[in-house]
Amino acid sequence: MAEAVLGHPAAAPGLSVPFIGPDAARRGIGYEGIAVAYKGTIVLADFTLAVRPGEIMALIGPSGSGKTTALRVTAGFVRPLRGRVHIGGRDVTDLPPYARSIGMVVQNYALFPHMPAYENVAFGLRARGAQEATIREQVAACLRMVGMESFAKRYPRELSGGQQQRVAIARALAIRPEVLLLDEPLSALDAQIRLTMLEELSRLHRSLPTLTVIYVTHDQTEALTLADRIGIMRDGRLVALGDCQGLYRRPPNRFAAEFLGRANLLPVTVEAEDAASGLARVRFGAASLMVRRNPEATAGQAALLCIRPHDLRLEPPGPSANSLAASVSEVRWKGDLHDIGFEIGGHRLRLTAAPLRTPPEAGALVNCYFAPEDATLIPEERRG
Amino acid sequence: MASLALPLPGRRAFRPGGSWIIPPAAVLGALFFYPLALILGESFAGGKGAATLLNYASVLTSVQFASALWHTVVIALLATAGCLALGLVLSLILAFIPFPGSRVLARVIDTFIALPTFLMALAFTFIYGTAGILNASLMQALHLGLPPLDFLYSQWGVILAEVTVYTPFVMRPLLAAFSLVERAEIEIASSLGAGAFRIMRQIILPAAVPALLAGGSLCLLLTTNEFGIVLFIGAKGVVTLPLLIYTKAIQEFDYTSACVLAVINVCLSLSLYSLYRATLSWFGGRSAGLV
Repeated sequence: MAEAVLGHPAAAPGLSVPFIGPDAARRGIGYEGIAVAYKGTIVLADFTLAVRPGEIMALIGPSGSGKTTALRVTAGFVRPLRGRVHIGGRDVTDLPPYARSIGMVVQNYALFPHMPAYENVAFGLRARGAQEATIREQVAACLRMVGMESFAKRYPRELSGGQQQRVAIARALAIRPEVLLLDEPLSALDAQIRLTMLEELSRLHRSLPTLTVIYVTHDQTEALTLADRIGIMRDGRLVALGDCQGLYRRPPNRFAAEFLGRANLLPVTVEAEDAASGLARVRFGAASLMVRRNPEATAGQAALLCIRPHDLRLEPPGPSANSLAASVSEVRWKGDLHDIGFEIGGHRLRLTAAPLRTPPEAGALVNCYFAPEDATLIPEERRG
Repeated sequence: MASLALPLPGRRAFRPGGSWIIPPAAVLGALFFYPLALILGESFAGGKGAATLLNYASVLTSVQFASALWHTVVIALLATAGCLALGLVLSLILAFIPFPGSRVLARVIDTFIALPTFLMALAFTFIYGTAGILNASLMQALHLGLPPLDFLYSQWGVILAEVTVYTPFVMRPLLAAFSLVERAEIEIASSLGAGAFRIMRQIILPAAVPALLAGGSLCLLLTTNEFGIVLFIGAKGVVTLPLLIYTKAIQEFDYTSACVLAVINVCLSLSLYSLYRATLSWFGGRSAGLV
C-alpha cells in the first residue's frame, strides 16, 4: 500500500529523506501567545493553541480574521512579534520554512508551471538531496496515493483544477512532513469536485493517521466534514475552540453560533436553574421555556437562546417540548428540504425540515416546537 | 448576442469598402516604400541603367565592410549580453528584494526608454571622458598627470553606453514576467527545502525565459542599428554598419555603396526582427502582451 512507502516518519523510517523522528511526531503543534503585526496593525493576537498529533484542526473565520496568518506563522513565512511555535516538540519559531517538517497546499495550488506533475512532486525531495532511486519510489507512491500516477508527465496547464489539487497534495506529502498545512485548498474548485476532494482528503488522512493537519477555510461545511476540532477566529483572535459536534451544538458565543452553521438567537432571561436535571427555565417575552443549562448563564442573567434551524419542528418532538406561537413569513422549497421563515415577537427565526407534504402558507399562525436539549444558552456578556 | 451585430432599423450598416486601404497605403508608400525602393534600385544600379550585382560584390569583399560588420556584430552581441545580465540582476532586486523607493527607482529606469540615445553618450563624455568628472577627480586625488581612464573612446565605451541605454528594454518585460511569478510558488518551494539559488534557477528564471529572449532580441535589433551613440562617442577605429552608411553617403558621396550597405543593414534588421517576433510567438500571447 502506498503509505508503506510514502507513510510518515513513524511509518517508514527507512528512507533517506530527512524527517523528524517518531517521538517528535507524537507531539503535534503548539502555539504560545503568538502575536503578528503588519505595519503596526495587530492581525494575530495572543494566539495560543495546542494541536494534537494526527489531528485535523480546522481554523475558520471571515476574511481578515487571522486564520491564514496563523498558518503562515506555522510555515515560517511570517515571523511573530511575540510568542513561540512548536512542531513535534521542537521550538521552530526561529527556523526557516524548510526546517520545520511541513508540507503546504494553497488555494491556487502554486504548482510550478514549467514542470510536469512528476517533477513538481519530486521538487522537495531533490531540494533535500534525496537519492534518485528514493525520489522515483517516493514520487510514484505519492502520485499513486492521490490517484495521479497516470498523469505524471502532464504539465499543470494540462490538468483540471481537481487534478492540480491532487498533485499539490502529493508534492506536499512527498517530503513526508509531520504537519500538512492546507490553506483554503478547495475554494478554487466547483461544488461537486469540492465534495469529492473532501472525501479524498478524509481518506488520505485515514491512511496517514500520524499526520497533523491544519486546515484553514472560511467554509464551515468543509470544516465540519473534515476536522476533528475547529477553532473559530475573529479579528485576529481565537474566539471558540472545540470538537465539531460540541462547538456546533453548544457554541460558546454569538459569533461562533452564527459563523458555524445557521442559528436562531433569541434574547432570554434565565429564571431558574436545576443542576440535577441539567436544565434551566428561561423567559422569552411571555413564554417560559425549558432549555439546556449553561453554568455561565445563571439565574437573573440575560442570555441568548440558540436553536439550530433543523432543531425547530412544526410537530412537538416529545412531551417536554417547548412551544412558541409564530407567524409564517416565507416558505421556500429547496429540493431536499423546506426552509421556513417565522416571526416571533419581532424576532425572525428559520426552520429547516425534510420536504413537507403540506407546508404552512405565508401568513399562517403556527406553533414551533423544540426539545430542551436542542437549545443552548449563550451568556449575554460573552457575545462575540 | 448575435442580435447585437444586426443594424438598427432604418439605419445603413457601416461596411468599409476596399478603397479605405488607399490613404494608409499611399502614406506608407510615399514615406517608406518609395524611398526604400529608390535605395534598393540604386544598390543594383549599373552603367546605362542596367541592373548589376557588381556593387554588392564590391562592397561585400571590401575590408571596410568586413570591419564594420565585425564591429556591428561584436558590439551588438556584447551590449545585448550586458543588457541581459544587468537587466536580470536589477529586475531580480527590484522584484524580489523590496526596499524603500524600489518602485520609484523602477519608474526612473523605465524613463530611460524615452531618452534619445545620444544623450547618454553626451553624459558619458561628461563623466568618463578624458576631461570628465571621474578622470578629473582621480587625477586630483592620485596626483596624476594624465587621465587614468581611457576606455570611453573605444569599443568598450560604445558597449557601456549601449548597455546603459538599452538595459531598460530588457527590464521592462522581465519585471512584467516577475510580477506574474506567484509568491506562493516561491514560498512553497522554500518550504519544500529549496534555497535562494535553487528557487531562482528552477522557479523564477524559467518563468522569465520568454521575457529574457524577447528583451534580448529587441536589444540585439536596437544595438545592431545604433547610430547616435557610435557617432557621438566617436570611438577610434570603431565603425559599425550604420556609421559606414553615413560615411559613404555624407562624407564620401558614394551613394551606391551606401545604398548597398543600407540594403544589407535592412536585411540584417529584418532577420533580427523576425527572430524577435518568432520568439514572442513561440512563447505565446502571455509573453507577447508584456513586451
